[in-house]
Amino acid sequence: MVDMKYVAPSTIDEAVGAILAANGTGRILAGGTDLLVQMRLGTAKPGVIVDVKNIPEMMRIEETAGGFRIGAAVSGAIIGEHPALGKAWPGVVEAINLIGSKQIQGRASAGGNLCNASPAADSVPALVAAAATVTIQGPKGRREIPVETLHAGPGRTTLQPGEIVVGFTLPARPLGSGDAYLRLIPRTEMDIAVVGCGVSLIVANGTCTAARVGLGAVAPTVLLVEAAGKALIGSRLDDKALEAAAAACRAACKPIDDKRGTVQYRTKIAGVLLKRAAAIAAERAGAR
Amino acid sequence: MAKLHVSTTINGEPAEFLCDVSQTILDVLRDQLGLTGTKEGCGSGDCGACSITLDDRLICGCLMLAAEAEGRRIETIEGMAKGDRLHALQKKFIEFAALQCGICTPGFLVASRALLAHNPDPSETEIRYWLAGNLCRCTGYDKIVRAVMEVARDMRETTR
Repeated sequence: MVDMKYVAPSTIDEAVGAILAANGTGRILAGGTDLLVQMRLGTAKPGVIVDVKNIPEMMRIEETAGGFRIGAAVSGAIIGEHPALGKAWPGVVEAINLIGSKQIQGRASAGGNLCNASPAADSVPALVAAAATVTIQGPKGRREIPVETLHAGPGRTTLQPGEIVVGFTLPARPLGSGDAYLRLIPRTEMDIAVVGCGVSLIVANGTCTAARVGLGAVAPTVLLVEAAGKALIGSRLDDKALEAAAAACRAACKPIDDKRGTVQYRTKIAGVLLKRAAAIAAERAGAR
Repeated sequence: MAKLHVSTTINGEPAEFLCDVSQTILDVLRDQLGLTGTKEGCGSGDCGACSITLDDRLICGCLMLAAEAEGRRIETIEGMAKGDRLHALQKKFIEFAALQCGICTPGFLVASRALLAHNPDPSETEIRYWLAGNLCRCTGYDKIVRAVMEVARDMRETTR
């Protein structure tokens, strides 16, 4: 039995200090819905558990100049109940709220979903489409990175020793913007994405002026598919533009074959979900 | 290994216990505090048998460290009946035979109560989605869903 320690600091500096002092054996505890399962399976044997839920900055949602700063440890349930956030970024909120059951939502955080670095994480394609940035604090201070650069591979991040994800920021939404996230699962609930697709659009007078597409579960990390966004920008989101964007999504796929789906199936579905998610995002863009 | 001392509130009563870091709140409830109404199914957050509330939020007891209970408020199935008086959901589950072997029942009751506190007028679809994190191998779910719908209706009528 490993002698495990538990600390629950009230400042980020203390949390960084505790992680650094643990010398690679420290694990951050937010909702615990990944960490506790890994501990039970024996795949995680932390020397120090650093519970960050007593750190106010990591537990709140702030509105900042039209955008939002969301603490890394805020639960999915709290995110889902925030009225302004759900209005501005419905796709991001629905992606986060698709993770697990109500019981999981009561604890699991978007920051944890990010740091768990699953290629199939539901929140991540929506955050990539949203051009979210991640705030990281470590022994050398704070830095801010685009969300799509956080992941290095399945279960691996680009965080340096002692660094923790403090929160993430969603930009302000101009009039005519909309986002959506769709995933394919064989069941209706409680499953892991075969493919996940997030789309964020800005539409002015019927023409798409900005578009970003995030694709999940089709590569070792969630992808920002820039070519798909480019195919939509300047178009009226007509069938030809949607097919070009879908083709760009299919071309970006480097999926694995597994029990959830074959390479061929995942690749095809990536294009299908792009079209459906873009249609929902466009409808939402028209509504605001 | 040094034990952690935790002060918390369980079913409205102050409670204190000593625990190891690796112990879950489910372990402590069942093995140390004698509150065995909360069941352990999968131990990985998939089945909902260990459903409890933490500061009124529905969670899985197997996915929370006991140490995290410090200063918080926990409700378990044991807090649902008031003495001999069963909660409306408990009565309706019996009336509708919304259980058979019973191991999932405390989790379903705690989750259903959390649903009705959050949404007193849920549709059948909302109930099914809300309870998607609770697994039952006996009932086929239908009796459970109908029991919750009926209790919701009764509660709305009595508060009208």
